Amino acid sequence: MSPLAENMSRTQPSAFDVERLRRDFPILDQQVHGHPLIYLDNGASSQKPLAVIEAIDHCYRHDYANVHRGVHTLSERATLAFEQARGKVQGFINAAGSEEIIFVRGTTEAINLVAQSYARPRLQPGDEILITEMEHHSNIVPWQLVCEQTGALLRVVPINELGELRLERYAELLNARTKLVALTHISNVLGTVNPVREIIDQAHARGVPVLLDGAQAIPHALIDVQALDCDFYAFSGHKLYGPSGIGVLYGKRALLEKMPPYHGGGEMIRTVSFEKTTYNDLPYKFEAGTPHIAGAIGLGAAIDYLNRVGMTAIAAHEQQLLTYATEALSTVKDLRIIGQARHKASIVSFVIAGVHPHDIATIVDQHGIAVRAGHHCAMPLIKRLGLPATARASFALYNTTEEIDRLVQALEIARKMLT
Amino acid sequence: MSDSMRELYEETILDHNRRPRNFRHHPAGANRIAHGHNPLCGDELSLSLTVEDGVIKDIGFDGHGCAISTASASLMTEALKGKTVAEAEALFGKVHAVLTGANGNEIQSLGKLRVLQGVRGYPMRVKCASLAWHTLHAALAQQQDETISTE
Repeated sequence: MSPLAENMSRTQPSAFDVERLRRDFPILDQQVHGHPLIYLDNGASSQKPLAVIEAIDHCYRHDYANVHRGVHTLSERATLAFEQARGKVQGFINAAGSEEIIFVRGTTEAINLVAQSYARPRLQPGDEILITEMEHHSNIVPWQLVCEQTGALLRVVPINELGELRLERYAELLNARTKLVALTHISNVLGTVNPVREIIDQAHARGVPVLLDGAQAIPHALIDVQALDCDFYAFSGHKLYGPSGIGVLYGKRALLEKMPPYHGGGEMIRTVSFEKTTYNDLPYKFEAGTPHIAGAIGLGAAIDYLNRVGMTAIAAHEQQLLTYATEALSTVKDLRIIGQARHKASIVSFVIAGVHPHDIATIVDQHGIAVRAGHHCAMPLIKRLGLPATARASFALYNTTEEIDRLVQALEIARKMLT
Repeated sequence: MSDSMRELYEETILDHNRRPRNFRHHPAGANRIAHGHNPLCGDELSLSLTVEDGVIKDIGFDGHGCAISTASASLMTEALKGKTVAEAEALFGKVHAVLTGANGNEIQSLGKLRVLQGVRGYPMRVKCASLAWHTLHAALAQQQDETISTE
């Protein structure tokens, strides 16, 4: 069973009161074009609960100063709150130590850090990095850059017609030249939950480390990096109901210790002279410059909030929404759901024959409904699917089946109008 | 539905989206060709023109895009047939001015193309309506090797 499915089997959906939870998100209480807002673009970024907004507000009103610098009271308070946030992240993903939690700007920076600091010094011409056909640009381009720099080659695991990875091709592509496997935990377009544990085991059997792009997985499932045994896990705060501009790279301590710094500057050093600089310990070695202090504190508050609600309950609620949406959307004439994987998260891409996704997004927006249209930063996947674009509804803990009904009604209007 | 929405998806636009004119028509002797592509949207079109003695004798396009970009291309091909290159360039200038809001007074002189003004209420969609026109501009300037984008 996948970790996501395991998580879901432990859920108690009866304790989940979506109407009460919606009141925690002040932004949801508004009208758009005369209709109550229905926010279904959570795959791009999710909304923030009051607990997060207040934690950031509190930081700047009461406890703000630079971290790890001053001996004065405010700096001590800010440092404490910042490091507490790191501890919350550690607990949330069950990392072995807080020094394995590197604060970065987001998933993109986390992956670039691994590409430049882990992969680049190790790669020789002809070495291979293995990614998949369903990657977001942020898990393609950093590897292309490092391949250009080193003469390594990028290899790509294809998907099947359901939108699942072809594991038999993965097994074939994994070879003695493979130096790293980097793949998404959950596809931002297809919603596919990849069997990452199996993939990691196969890579490890060959001594190949694995990076997981957890940008989409982190809000939908309990992540246990030790149980997964992944070597790197990257995610962004803003998709986890936290602020944008803060994200996390988890890395196994043994790997991180051997990696050179990614950025040079303050904070990441121990001593500096013009002849020789010695670097700070983990995690600070990778945190040059003043970090996004309030962002990290806000992310910590988001994690506290999610722990109170319960990730297993959230996952169960979202699976109900996925099942409901899959059935409800299928009733729209000429609508085709893109991505039919057996294990999916609450992300539903679709197309309607004769109606371009951008027209869908514009028309449903007139009904107060926010969906995404386009290539979702996964151009190679969209091309593989033979589509110019898709529309995507992605659901979060605060979405309801009534909202899905409203989406279906608006889609019918769009279809009738344009065909 | 709001008035601005009705303007954006005006009946003429919907009609040209459903039944684009001069679609999948590439004149046999086409001597002006250009490609337009908005990669963020996914809108793509190829435009072919036959220009003889400075007059657009024939024109056609194909590709795929949203209702706004398809209708804009369709309306454009209809408007240009028989026009001189100079007239086509002048029309490009007027449409461009209307779409970008640089000169709203041009609307009256646009005739049927007036329906394109509906995008002005939707800044994110202006690029959809203007793709065909910028591709035309490139075709007339014989910039065939360059793919045109309005993103």
